[in-house]
Amino acid sequence: MSTAMLSTELDRTTRPLRRTGILARILRNPMGTASLIVLTLIVLAAILAPLITVNPPGRADIGMVNAPPFTDGYLLGGDNAGRDVLSRLVFGAQLTLLGALSTVIVSLLLGVTLGLIGGYYRGRFDAVAGWVCDLLLILPSKIVLVAMFAVIGPNTMLTMAVLGVMVAPSFYRLVRNLVIAVRKELYIDAAQVSGLSDARIIGRHVLFAVRAPIVVHTSMIAGLAIILQAGLEFLGLGDPDSPTWGGMLQDAFTSIYSDPLLMVWPGIAIGVTVGAFILLGNVVRDSFDAPAAVRPRRRAVAAGSDAVTAPEGSICHVSGLTIGYAQASGDDKVVVDGVGFDVQRGRVLGLVGESGSGKTQTSLAILGLLPKGGAVLGGGISFEGKDLLAPGAARALRGRRIAYIPQEPMSNLDPNFTIGHQLIEPLRAAKGLSRTEAREAASALLERVGIPDVERVLRSYPHQISGGMAQRVLIAGAVSCDPDLIIADEPTTALDVTVQAEILDLLRGLQRERGMSMVLVTHDFGVVADLCDDVVVMRDGRVIERGTAEEIFGDPQQEYTRTLLASTLDGTPARSVLDKKGAQS
Amino acid sequence: MTESLLDVSDVKVAFPVAGWRRPPVEILHGVSLSVAPGRTVGLVGESGSGKSTLGRAVLGLAPVTAGTIRFQGREIQDLSKAERRPLAADLQVVFQDPYSSLNPAMSIGAILAEPLRARGIAADEAIARIHDLLDAVGMPSGSARRSPREFSGGQRQRIAIARAIALEPRLIVCDEPTSALDLSTQARVLDLLVELQERTGVSYLFISHNLAVVRRMCHDVAVMYRGEIVEYGEGDRVTSDPQHPYTRSLLMAAPVPDPARQSARRGERQRLRAETAA
Amino acid sequence: MLVFIARRLGGGLVLMLGISFIAFALVFAGGSHAAHSILGQDADAAAIAAKEAELGLDQPFIVQYGTWLLNALRGDFGHSWFNSEQVVDLIGTRLPVTLSIVTVSVLLTALVSVLLGMTAAIRGGWLDRAIQFVSVAGVALPNFWVAIVLVVIFAVTLGWLPATGYVPFGDSPSRWVASITLPVVALLFAGIASTAQQIRGATIDVLSRDFVRTLRARGLSERSVIGAHVLRAAAGPALTVLSLQFIGTIGGAVVIEKVFALPGLGLLGVNATIKGDMPVIMGVLIVTAVIVVLVNLVIDIVNGWINPKARLA
Repeated sequence: MSTAMLSTELDRTTRPLRRTGILARILRNPMGTASLIVLTLIVLAAILAPLITVNPPGRADIGMVNAPPFTDGYLLGGDNAGRDVLSRLVFGAQLTLLGALSTVIVSLLLGVTLGLIGGYYRGRFDAVAGWVCDLLLILPSKIVLVAMFAVIGPNTMLTMAVLGVMVAPSFYRLVRNLVIAVRKELYIDAAQVSGLSDARIIGRHVLFAVRAPIVVHTSMIAGLAIILQAGLEFLGLGDPDSPTWGGMLQDAFTSIYSDPLLMVWPGIAIGVTVGAFILLGNVVRDSFDAPAAVRPRRRAVAAGSDAVTAPEGSICHVSGLTIGYAQASGDDKVVVDGVGFDVQRGRVLGLVGESGSGKTQTSLAILGLLPKGGAVLGGGISFEGKDLLAPGAARALRGRRIAYIPQEPMSNLDPNFTIGHQLIEPLRAAKGLSRTEAREAASALLERVGIPDVERVLRSYPHQISGGMAQRVLIAGAVSCDPDLIIADEPTTALDVTVQAEILDLLRGLQRERGMSMVLVTHDFGVVADLCDDVVVMRDGRVIERGTAEEIFGDPQQEYTRTLLASTLDGTPARSVLDKKGAQS
Repeated sequence: MTESLLDVSDVKVAFPVAGWRRPPVEILHGVSLSVAPGRTVGLVGESGSGKSTLGRAVLGLAPVTAGTIRFQGREIQDLSKAERRPLAADLQVVFQDPYSSLNPAMSIGAILAEPLRARGIAADEAIARIHDLLDAVGMPSGSARRSPREFSGGQRQRIAIARAIALEPRLIVCDEPTSALDLSTQARVLDLLVELQERTGVSYLFISHNLAVVRRMCHDVAVMYRGEIVEYGEGDRVTSDPQHPYTRSLLMAAPVPDPARQSARRGERQRLRAETAA
Repeated sequence: MLVFIARRLGGGLVLMLGISFIAFALVFAGGSHAAHSILGQDADAAAIAAKEAELGLDQPFIVQYGTWLLNALRGDFGHSWFNSEQVVDLIGTRLPVTLSIVTVSVLLTALVSVLLGMTAAIRGGWLDRAIQFVSVAGVALPNFWVAIVLVVIFAVTLGWLPATGYVPFGDSPSRWVASITLPVVALLFAGIASTAQQIRGATIDVLSRDFVRTLRARGLSERSVIGAHVLRAAAGPALTVLSLQFIGTIGGAVVIEKVFALPGLGLLGVNATIKGDMPVIMGVLIVTAVIVVLVNLVIDIVNGWINPKARLA
């Protein structure tokens, strides 16, 4: 099972939560609330500038040149021309915010609308638009804006609008990629079949799904616009008539030796405003990326119940195993509760259950590979008498005495390395073989698992071989170190049924040949019947029933086991026969 | 003889390939079948067989390059998106993935209302209908206010079925509706589908990779392999005594939940493979 | 692999052509008042017309572009409208200055960001939280403001490093280092802030991939897993981030050059744009674009070498 599916397994057992909008999520986060307040204050200050300042921003008073703060009603002092710094700061906010607004509006209008069309309809529009985007993104915006000054002149709004055009491609790319991903979702197809027009689908479903990343990106663009505008003003390419933060920095720079303090105020203004935008973006992004907080179930951790010492003939002894995941609230969410069983030497144990049964978690615990946040809260696992839960114990045995066969073949191979490398490298690490010896061993293994044209496959990359072949490669890798125990997590679930039969044959053959023990995690009782000697049935993190395959299939004791076996559709009458009988009666 | 509801005749489907002047890839190489009113026809095959593609072609979600698809006597393979919309009242779908087929950002009520509102049905009438729909699929009526995230896979599939029957269609394309569900849930959802068919007389085009499921659900079965139908006949016969070697290998490969019988089947399969190899 | 490189090169050339056309259109869109700014406001109509004919501004736009392009391909970017210096010469003396601070800054950014970002992703803890904080501060404060602060502290107050001026490497390597230290540090601040954060994100993504778990299950040491496999997988996204960072740094260098009075391309462009000296502006634009396209090309090719799947695109 992939790690992504594991978290879905976890989600399944959560209790319902209220759905929350963007604003609510922002306000839930203290940083989000803080940035919203800061931004609101800045906007209000800009709008109410004439009302809240005492001195006009443009009035120069010789007596106040480079005056220190708190002199004569000038709260932050006077600049190099004797003007009120605070007043200029507040009025400067107007042009800054208007400029950012100009950029944001142009880039949103262009980037989002075109991105929606390009992502939804693809085709030549998307190809051409993509090429134009590459073009615009390559040019450094600041240099282009500097060049445009010669054409536009000191017109802040127009310059920032041009910036909007230059950053629109980033919105296009973002929206287009998101739309392509959403397009693949089945609910889009369902909406189409339900008779909705394209416009309704885009407006209702697609736009709604991409709103959060758009908000995040917008706040980043707003911050970027403010910094760029300040830079242009600092270079002397801004509006000479109105007070601007960048312009104030330019003035401060000229009097850097006489009054270095002048530089601080506009710097803080810019830093705080842009910082607020960025934090806001981060908060929105984090609140949509991270899974919503889960309310935990209160469960007492069961004390270890089974025998401490492993019985005779058992290669792996699990007793009272309890696994939990740390929640944001501090409690643990228990996914495996007091599970115990034995893996007999040379036999195959089937770990059967539905989703949420904890079978995969148990198998990963034996390997010491629980995903982040998971921990063994109680109980024990021993392998040939050694305690696997001791630090470093599992790691020492992995790839040497205990091996792993995963479920999804393609995602479990590193796409950047050849098959040969991925077989040879661990082989050398585990057995200390030379490169040539390891290569020979790898070739022999690939032949044994039934791969034709071994040389080609060794040189290939994972994306160049089929899923069935990839699974054979993974099996070869698992048995390459001659392990005593193999943990196989649904090794055939992702494969076609004819391929599955061959892989099961292969696993059986290898297991018998080498006398390996196996833990086979599966939800399919047919696979259990085909391969397993012993069976453990799990449900909701607990063991329901244990026994040999003959016992479980022939005489299941527990109600749940009987229900599961009855659900397998084995022996149910065919529909065509049923209906004919119904028609006759 | 009743006229068939759906008539697929020698249909080919090819998908365009990205890149300059690359020839399209043909997925279906001329398939034919028909579905009568109130009956279920199964499409069974492995990955790459084209079974889902055929279902999608019927729904207008895949490009048909040759052949005809007749629904209620009318040719629908070349209809534009706008022309297809009225078909929504009679032709619906239930998809495989219950996590992706319901928009997680909408409430159940809004999801179920969507096809009704698209048809122009007034809001208050829609609300009443939604309650009936939820009832019909065995879901509590309070579900309408909640989000898909709050439900399990089996429950979401029931909601997807409720959405499909909202407009009382004549034919529903079921694309692997139970493949992503747990065993126990699967049985219940299949029962629901059968019950709905018996009550309303709706037809199903039932797509699956699982022979046992197809045997349980379908009156007639078409076996697909690499874009062609290799065997087509009565459900019972095709799934217990197939003629075509591919169908036989499919049947032999599916493991049965009984160690003794499985052992015997395995032996048979290996003998069959040795024979064909020789 | 060779086919991949050839295709990318071809794409780069087409891109350059497109950029040159757009740049020309942008710059010469309002070119008619150039004659005014050269001759002054009082010049009479005849003198204006003569000047325009001399500069070739009376020709149709396509002809102007064509002429410019043909000359440019021969290495002739024309001459400044305000003094008679060749644009190529002007750029030639300024280019090394800008390239010095930009390349050193980007290389250091890359090194530090990868170290910080990957460590934060793998170890988590206080380093992780520190990086998140620094990344906001680094991006929020304008780099030229940081530069001025650095000047005040290290040049004016402490006197350790020069406040202005550039010393070419050929003249004195040690003084070259001294002259570019503060500018590079100013650029580094913003650069590391954004890049480290993104590399951290990319590394976290890679660490959660299935094949990482499978490699651990095969018994590979954590050092091999991280050092070979995670690094390779994160390299792709990291390279993308770095190529964007390069583009951003070139833009950022413009203001830095003003703070430190460095005779670079950026300042050349600013002065030219205030006067309306079109050939110089065009030259600066094109040279910048060429550099960026080349750097992107190299990064693309490296990415194709590291990530075999990328070669299919």
